[in-house]
Amino acid sequence: MRLEPKPAPSLGVTLLFPVVAIAATLVFASLLVLAAGASPFSVFYLVAKGAAGSQFAILETLTRATPLIFTGLAVAVAFRAKLWNIGAEAQLYIGGVVTVVLGTGALPLPAIVLVPLILVASMVAGALLLAGPAVLKTRFGVDEVVTTLLLNFIVVLFVSMLLEGVLKDPMGLGWPQSQRVIADAQLPRLIQGKRLHFGFVIAVVAAVVTWVIMKKTVLGYEMRAVGHNPEAARFAGIPVNRVLMKTALLSGGLAALAGFSEVAGLKGNLTLDLSPGYGYTGIVVAMLAMLNPLGVIAAAIFVAGIFVGADAMSRTAGVPSYIAQVMVATALLTMVTAILLTRYRVRWK
Amino acid sequence: MTLPDAYVLRLSGITKRFGPLVANDAISFELKRGEVIALLGENGAGKTTLMNILFGHYVADEGTVEVMGKKLAPGDPRAALDAGVGMVHQHFTLAENMTVLENIALGTQSPWKIRLDRVAARRRIGKLSSDFGLALDPDATVASLSVGERQRVEILKALYRDARILILDEPTAVLTPSETDALFRTLKLLVAQGLSIIFISHKLHEVMAVSDRVLVLRAGRLAGERATEGSSRSELAALMVGQHVASPTVGEPKTGSVLLELKNVSTSGQGSSTRLDDVSLVLRAGEITGLAGVSGNGQATLAALIAGTLKPSSGQMAISGAQVADWTPRAALSRGIGRIPEDRHAVGTIGDMSVTENVISERYGTPRFSRRGFLDWRAARNFAEEIIRDYDVKCPSPEARIRLLSGGNMQKLILGRALDADPVIILANQPTRGLDVGAVAFVHRRLLEARERGAAILLISEDLEEVLTLSDRILVMSKGRLSSPSKRGERSIRELGELMAGQGEAA
Repeated sequence: MRLEPKPAPSLGVTLLFPVVAIAATLVFASLLVLAAGASPFSVFYLVAKGAAGSQFAILETLTRATPLIFTGLAVAVAFRAKLWNIGAEAQLYIGGVVTVVLGTGALPLPAIVLVPLILVASMVAGALLLAGPAVLKTRFGVDEVVTTLLLNFIVVLFVSMLLEGVLKDPMGLGWPQSQRVIADAQLPRLIQGKRLHFGFVIAVVAAVVTWVIMKKTVLGYEMRAVGHNPEAARFAGIPVNRVLMKTALLSGGLAALAGFSEVAGLKGNLTLDLSPGYGYTGIVVAMLAMLNPLGVIAAAIFVAGIFVGADAMSRTAGVPSYIAQVMVATALLTMVTAILLTRYRVRWK
Repeated sequence: MTLPDAYVLRLSGITKRFGPLVANDAISFELKRGEVIALLGENGAGKTTLMNILFGHYVADEGTVEVMGKKLAPGDPRAALDAGVGMVHQHFTLAENMTVLENIALGTQSPWKIRLDRVAARRRIGKLSSDFGLALDPDATVASLSVGERQRVEILKALYRDARILILDEPTAVLTPSETDALFRTLKLLVAQGLSIIFISHKLHEVMAVSDRVLVLRAGRLAGERATEGSSRSELAALMVGQHVASPTVGEPKTGSVLLELKNVSTSGQGSSTRLDDVSLVLRAGEITGLAGVSGNGQATLAALIAGTLKPSSGQMAISGAQVADWTPRAALSRGIGRIPEDRHAVGTIGDMSVTENVISERYGTPRFSRRGFLDWRAARNFAEEIIRDYDVKCPSPEARIRLLSGGNMQKLILGRALDADPVIILANQPTRGLDVGAVAFVHRRLLEARERGAAILLISEDLEEVLTLSDRILVMSKGRLSSPSKRGERSIRELGELMAGQGEAA
């Protein structure tokens, strides 16, 4: 068996791949559902209903999609330039830390000033966090997969230390959690009394801005060139290392927004369960979106829908909600295979 | 005498197409026991493709391969190995962190056997090395070996697998003269043991030295077959080159002022590049300076210096009399250096980006193509269409991925990108390698036009004929040093050849 390159497929065929990936995922997941002793059709129906069957379900899915859009964008941007940022989880937590440091009363400013200030500050913090691995990569050739991945553990333990120490809420009954952010630092809810918040709007705007950067600007062009062929980019006079640094700053900033939006929009304070792996799931989202920033919105909503729907389903059907993890993982694998098949043809002999 | 079973290998009617390109066109030949065949041809003539088919890396569209009278399953290197075909690739396929012994024994045992039978392997390797003059320490790691020693490991690897037919792809390209002599002695010993050898080369003197029979490939076809004894170099060269298109008419140069001057430039030679040793060079307006030499003698390093991708360790460069302090690609471009890189796939273009995105890659930051950080895609597309039209590039659309273009069209696009900026200095590194005759003539014409316009051109080429045809002055590079320049026709081909081999006067 061998792979031979082939011409690029048409847009129609390209859009078909996520559909095929999802179909293959459903087939595989039904086998597991059968093994768990339930009917695949009723389970999938319940997942769909739990994800989109009511206003509550839809709002819940969009709420869950919000951090995934940010981390998905962060990964999409970095992977485009072949900067393998596996550290969105750490950048997310740093964004959360900055939000509670500035947003719990330290700065007595009106909301119209305070919220944008915290937003920018968390982006800067996330950007700087990824700048470290990027400098190590461009200066000394240190593999950023290793450094960004390991930084995740360092940062999460660092946050744990903060929550047991300086950031610990004195009124928190001993729980490792921070104080709540003040009202002027909060993102407003989009609908009164529901959980969906303004962070979702910021996420969509971020996706559009990122799309414009990738498609229309000099920086986006440079990032794609560096990602496709760094040697040719260097020969053509593109400052490869500088482009990688800019990519790292952008990617880290976007991931940090996930932490900002979760704390200021949804949770209200920082805890160690701020993210159930949104940073890692962002990789799946970016791959499902084929690294297209607008596709990230759709992919994030899809992945969030599976998680939210599976939670609802497991309450009624008794199939463990772990099925969501399996489905998302299968979707990623089939998608990666499908992308490979768009560019190569398989010869069996 | 010619019993049918004396043929150990028979290729019949091998045809291989890559899209519109016919890389091999109905090629047939036979190889006898104990015979050395040389496969001679220019770059891109189809030698490597043919051997890759024989070895099972490619599947031929038509034709069959027979080894020892048995048909070989196509597309299966394992079948070729089992049938006794061994190949020493131009680029070695060794695991550098493992020892010689491990590399040789790798893959010869069933994967279910956990332990390597080192005692037997060592005995066998020891016998093979002493039989064939391939001295090697079996416990040395490959990383610590010289290029010549690594090649011996490759040959031993093939012999260890009981190869009866050995294919050597450009084996001397990386060897020093004394290593080459040692290799030739080994080949003689192998043939004496009844092995058959296919020796791929484009160097005539080597072919004359080792082979019994020469097959000449040209543009994918078998252009001729000669017994080495009784044929002359010039005869083979004519077969290899074929009917060249009418040489372009080259008028008297209108030599102008000095546009580029390198003074006592040396490089540290880090990494794989050959180090330059005290090189001085002057390029004048309206003149083509040809740089001849055997590949790997420092031409690539010199090209990298002028293109701006490499900084020297000492020495100076001046452009139009002004000292150069920053050696970056961008600085080179802004000073009016047009660059045609040696490797158009890896360096000249970004394969997965479109034609449009590739033509603007050197100038996307200029006001013509961008404003306040935003690209003007309409201007870029117009520019791409302009180049496609003016340089006669055949491509489906400016949006097509450049990977899909043929080598010749890719090269025209690179040429257009470089020349459109009206460069005052042009660096053309192997500008016609692997191109068909029509594209070669096109590139030559454009370079001569630039010369008429008053540009200073440095033409680096391994094709001596190209250098002789186009250059007003010729320099020869050998072991990182430059010879003194000679005017057109001042040195004979033999004198140039001696300089290329590092003999004759030192610069």
